[in-house]
Amino acid sequence: MINNIFSMSGYGIYVWSAFSFTLICFTALYLIVKFQLVKQQKIFNKKFSSLPIEKIKSAEKQKIYKEILINTSIYKI
Amino acid sequence: MFNYFEPNKIFSITSKVQKYTIYIFIIVLCIGLFEAIILSPKDYIQSDSVRIMYVHVPSAWLSLGIFTVISILSFFSLIFKNKNFPLICKSLAPSGILFSIIALVTGSIWGKPTWGTWWAWDARITSMLVLVLFYIMYILAWKIFSEKEKANKISSIIAILGLINIPIIKFSVDWWSTLHQPASINILSKTTIHSSMLIPLTIMTAAFALFALLIFLMKYNTELIKIKNKGLDRL
Repeated sequence: MINNIFSMSGYGIYVWSAFSFTLICFTALYLIVKFQLVKQQKIFNKKFSSLPIEKIKSAEKQKIYKEILINTSIYKI
Repeated sequence: MFNYFEPNKIFSITSKVQKYTIYIFIIVLCIGLFEAIILSPKDYIQSDSVRIMYVHVPSAWLSLGIFTVISILSFFSLIFKNKNFPLICKSLAPSGILFSIIALVTGSIWGKPTWGTWWAWDARITSMLVLVLFYIMYILAWKIFSEKEKANKISSIIAILGLINIPIIKFSVDWWSTLHQPASINILSKTTIHSSMLIPLTIMTAAFALFALLIFLMKYNTELIKIKNKGLDRL
């Protein structure tokens, strides 16, 4: 049974390389996009925490800044 | 109507949906892989090599679908000057190009045992390669032009021009004599594929669509935070 799955009637090399290529591409794209997202979130956190208090308060009133903060580390801590 | 697509309004939704999408994607992909590799039967002519279909076909469908969406939204973005449509298009492009590359590579791998060649300059494969080039041009336009308005205009023109290629890809097997077989799955006429193969194909397509959604949401949030980072400087 296991041998049959690996050999795929002699087409194993083609079938497994196609599936492997697809899964490697998925993983690579996911990691690249995740890395870019985390990088932007870190930049946002750094910039936000260096703002003066009155500017932080005014930014927190805007829904989008609040949402970004909820999804980044500042609020989680 | 387009106000519903304002980034400020949909950011909270995209952030929440993103968290659940990855888990649903993993579950659906595992079911799809089990169906495709273990449960689905061999083809009576192509034997087990037919299983490549379960990654090749969903990739090809999604790459065409994503490019069509990019083209339509680009057209509306040029007409209605909506700020969010270019952001959506830009976020869709990475998964679109990935699917088109997967379709080409897995098609090439499938071609060797089936046709005896890795590559042939037939209408379907060549038009698919043209789609990859359109995706590359679209992504490069955003990278090359630093001025946002100009980048949006040029990338939109590329996307709209690329739309001409979509029906060529779809109907190439009917219009010209190619190595590719005609479509087995038709919405309007009878589907010629057996349900034992159609079910895994549908599940794999759902898994791939979920992956496209996941990448789109992550990329969209990245682009939005990038814009807000610039906004913080102006506060």
